[in-house]
Amino acid sequence: MYDIPHHTQETAVTDVKIKAKDVQVYYGNNHAIKDVSVEIENNTVTAFIGPSGCGKSTFLRCLNRMNDTIDICRVEGDILIDGDDIYDKRVDPVQLRAKVGMVFQKPNPFPKSIYDNIAYGPRIHGMARNKAELDDIVERALRRGAIWDEVKDRLQAPGTGLSGGQQQRLCIARAVATEPEVLLMDEPCSALDPIATAQVEELIDELRQNYAVVIVTHSMQQAARVSQKTAFFHLGNLVEYDDTSKIFTNPEDSRTESYITGRIG
Amino acid sequence: MTDASMDNVPVKGSLTTVDARTKKRNAAEKRFKAYGLVAIMIGLFFLVVLAVSILRSGLPAFTQAEVRVEFTLTQAQFDEAESQMLKTKAYENFFIAALQSQLEERGLDVSFDPAAIERLLGKTGSTIREYFRENPDQIGTPVTFNLAASSRVDGYFKGRVSRDTVVDSRFLEVTDLDLVDALADAGIIITAFNWNFITGSDSGVDNPGGAGIGVSVIGSFFMMLVVLALSLPIGVAASIYLEEFAPQNWFTDLIEVNISNLAAVPSIVFGILGLAVFIQFMHLPQSAPLVGGLVLTLMTLPTIIISTRASLKSVPPSIREAALGVGASKMQTVFHHVLPLAAPGILTGTIIGLAQALGETAPLLLIGMVGFIARAYPEGVVSGFIDPNSAMPAQIYTWAARADAGFYEKAWGGIIILLIFLLTMNIIAIILRRRFERRW
Amino acid sequence: MPLLWLFLLVLAIAAGAFVLARARVMAQAGQDRRTLHSLPIYYGSNAAMKSAIPALLVLVLWLLAQPFYVNNAVSDMIPESAIADSSSRGLILAEVRRAADGLDLAVSTGGMTENEARNTRADISDVTARLSDAGAIVTSQITQPVLRAAQQFRVLNSAGYQIMSAVVLLIAAAGALWGFKETKPDFRARNVVEQGVRALLIAAASIAILTTLGIVLSLVFNTIEFFRLYPASDFFFGTSWAPSFSGRGGSSDLGILPLLWGTFYISIVALVVAVPIGLFAAIYLSEYASSRVRAFAKPMLEVLAGIPTIVYGLFALLTVGPLLVQVFGDDGLGWMQAGTAVMTAGLVMGIMLIPFVSSLSDDIINAVPQSMRDGSYGLGATQSETIRQVVIPAALPGIVGAILLAASRAIGETMIVVLGAGAAARLSLNPFDAMTTVTAKIVSQLTGDSDFASPEALVAFALGMTLFVITLGLNVLALYIVRKYREQYE
Repeated sequence: MYDIPHHTQETAVTDVKIKAKDVQVYYGNNHAIKDVSVEIENNTVTAFIGPSGCGKSTFLRCLNRMNDTIDICRVEGDILIDGDDIYDKRVDPVQLRAKVGMVFQKPNPFPKSIYDNIAYGPRIHGMARNKAELDDIVERALRRGAIWDEVKDRLQAPGTGLSGGQQQRLCIARAVATEPEVLLMDEPCSALDPIATAQVEELIDELRQNYAVVIVTHSMQQAARVSQKTAFFHLGNLVEYDDTSKIFTNPEDSRTESYITGRIG
Repeated sequence: MTDASMDNVPVKGSLTTVDARTKKRNAAEKRFKAYGLVAIMIGLFFLVVLAVSILRSGLPAFTQAEVRVEFTLTQAQFDEAESQMLKTKAYENFFIAALQSQLEERGLDVSFDPAAIERLLGKTGSTIREYFRENPDQIGTPVTFNLAASSRVDGYFKGRVSRDTVVDSRFLEVTDLDLVDALADAGIIITAFNWNFITGSDSGVDNPGGAGIGVSVIGSFFMMLVVLALSLPIGVAASIYLEEFAPQNWFTDLIEVNISNLAAVPSIVFGILGLAVFIQFMHLPQSAPLVGGLVLTLMTLPTIIISTRASLKSVPPSIREAALGVGASKMQTVFHHVLPLAAPGILTGTIIGLAQALGETAPLLLIGMVGFIARAYPEGVVSGFIDPNSAMPAQIYTWAARADAGFYEKAWGGIIILLIFLLTMNIIAIILRRRFERRW
Repeated sequence: MPLLWLFLLVLAIAAGAFVLARARVMAQAGQDRRTLHSLPIYYGSNAAMKSAIPALLVLVLWLLAQPFYVNNAVSDMIPESAIADSSSRGLILAEVRRAADGLDLAVSTGGMTENEARNTRADISDVTARLSDAGAIVTSQITQPVLRAAQQFRVLNSAGYQIMSAVVLLIAAAGALWGFKETKPDFRARNVVEQGVRALLIAAASIAILTTLGIVLSLVFNTIEFFRLYPASDFFFGTSWAPSFSGRGGSSDLGILPLLWGTFYISIVALVVAVPIGLFAAIYLSEYASSRVRAFAKPMLEVLAGIPTIVYGLFALLTVGPLLVQVFGDDGLGWMQAGTAVMTAGLVMGIMLIPFVSSLSDDIINAVPQSMRDGSYGLGATQSETIRQVVIPAALPGIVGAILLAASRAIGETMIVVLGAGAAARLSLNPFDAMTTVTAKIVSQLTGDSDFASPEALVAFALGMTLFVITLGLNVLALYIVRKYREQYE
């Protein structure tokens, strides 16, 4: 029922990057995520789809412990990245987040220059020994964010002055500047127009070369276009998780089928 | 865009081991958090110090050392005293004799001279004569007199004056303290609750013991009546106009700018305004609660307008639409529906505005409510508004500015009473808010 | 109080008009209110409004205008020669008013009959004696021109009040009649009344403008008067403040610089105390504190803001001052002479401003969008890195605005400096010296003395003007910055 772009077929040799087992999330008394187990592979774009409030964003935010900033949120179960339990007491969320970068729904550049936006992460993590190295890192990040050509002449201009699509690519560049291994994207295109969306989607596909990318999306077309694996969430449960092509052509669960044919959602 | 230059990427270790840099950053995090906590602590510490120093210095104002003597005046003594030249002196002598005999009854042998009694109690004769002339039927029966001890003696009981610091003067001599101790042992000098402080009037500059705050409380009360009567209706009317009717034009902008600026004008400037306009120009009486009330009204208006507008704004538009939809006029909508719903919020804001006005001092200094000795209660309502009076904060300032340290205690005591009023008003405001708060 | 009676009389006429108009329209409608355009109450209100409002307006205007007219008329009666060298026309007029008040008092207490009070050929010494018998304050022997003027003053005033009463009552009656005549069932009474109420609302809102106008005019006129007596350049650039207490000799030095220096020095000390503590407290409360700590600490800090300034003044004078003297005084470090000093006032003012800074900054920090923080956490920043490098820079304009508002508060604060800073005007760098401020001198120059003609008193208005301009400038700037800041995130 959807045209599956050709690159989703050529699934690379994969190894498991993130392994989640029996994850439960509570907001106060509200049981938001129930028994979710999933394995996310390296060099793969994994899409989380599902109706609003199904828990896909919540689960995404568990992967780099962004939920820690919410007082009433409680996470149970195991989430392992490269075999380390990220909810282990010894794990510092700050180090974790340097390894698991995140891009948000709304572009959120800091009220600083474009250069400082990118350099912020490398600076706090002490990644550059000198100014020249930092310049290098910034340029590389902006290139990887596919925005270098547009901003190379105005690196000192405020990041808030860019257009929405540029801002989001700037935020992606900012996230990759800290050399993460996993990139989480929470509906990265929902605030963008179709042209900017196309640019970002193209960028996501390129990022797959170096990272495990997890993307939450509202749009099934987008999931079909950019991802190799898709997980369908419903009411806090992981209903089905499989190759994107399989999910969209031959789903096993009737709920998945209802959702992708537009009967629920 | 495959990237070949991955060579200088720092190698990331296991997540479960915290690297040195992260340790340093976490330490900085802890330090930063501690600064914040320390700042809060300092703030709260100041609050505690303030509260302690108010209570410690102010509570003694509510007690007063008194000499309690049971005393019987016979008709013969009365006649004898009234026939003399120095009548009050004669009464004083009777009184001292009675005091002496009481001490002897209790087996205390202290000799003292009348001058010492005068230093301790002031001139007692006139009080006694006054009493018996007014109550002639009490002659011949035992009457208990409670006579306030002088400020120094009072201070001796409260620790303000000690044997080491006393310098012989016409107010007190060191030897008098022996007598005081003896009287205290005999239970003749007692420390009693000082009602006079709460109900009394200001005393002269050399009599801190007799000073009371009652009259200036009344002064404040009349001032607050003026503020309430003017600022509530004017403030509500102005807010209704600005929130519900005002068109978007330069005039509205002008009003808005004026209100927000007036809210931040120093209070002393309002005092200058009051002096120039109400006293210099309109020739309203100086030191009158009416003028004080007018000045405080102008000062409080911006506060009340700002809070009233907030409560009007919190009434959802659907209410207005509902009323307009059944054919009510805009004016009827506002007065029948919006205003009643906003009333609790308006009331809360008004009480808080009044509390602010009650504690305000600076403008009152300029319109003559200070330095003036508020001796008498007003005779009636009109006199309450226009006769010279003081107000609580002005009275406190007057006491603080006087030379005799005995007045400092009164100033702190006055602050306790002022704060009790403010606390009560704020608690009422909080209760109103809790009780009527509506979430739309 | 005849004025009160007049007021009540006007209200009574209005009430009568209300009842009559309401009855009339009901009668015309045959007691069937359905045939009326508006509810009956509006017909009554229309008549009442038309009778009371114009009459009361005239009453107020008359009360404002009459003193002007009477003063001018009386002033013309005093020849130039009757004004002594050391005096001025203003002082003589004040004396005239006092004499007139004295005559009023004498008449009301029965010390004099009305005819005697009006007798222009009365013996002056006799009048003076009888006035002081009656308890009036008579400074010196009343001179002939003053007595004549005082008598004329009374005549004009009482005539004025009589005419005023007549005019006001007439207008009230005419208004009532007008409203009554209009009353017909098809008259759109509600619309007219609502127009009237709207006008009243506008009038109430305009009081803010009138207040500002009153402040500006009273400052400007008296400041001009002051600069007529004392050169403006000496005032603005004089480095010495030494008013003479004796009177109107030209021996006073009234330079504002030492006062401004004291004001700024104390304000700076206050801000040095308040800004770091307030800012860190705000950061802790908005970013770190658990909701329980916040629910306790925030209102507790705000208690500090609700305490009247007189309490802080006393705290400075009687607690903080002596405490500082123990440490820095002659028994300690020997830097401090007395309890009243820049440090004392500045420290206490700082305490007062802590909640002011913290609650303003708290609001501003909370206005920084959460997405900004998420972006930073998502990159692996710690909370303090996020606050220092993202939140504070984003909130900086707002925080600057808050600090400016606090500075304006500090500059305009009166009671703390009156009680805690001392009275000596001094240009010194030692924060343990006593210094004085603009506000403290406004108070000391204007209390006690009710004579506004001398430069020593008038200087207070020039000081007030300076204070008003400085604080207004700071406020406008601060409000502008804060508004711009808020718009950025809305």
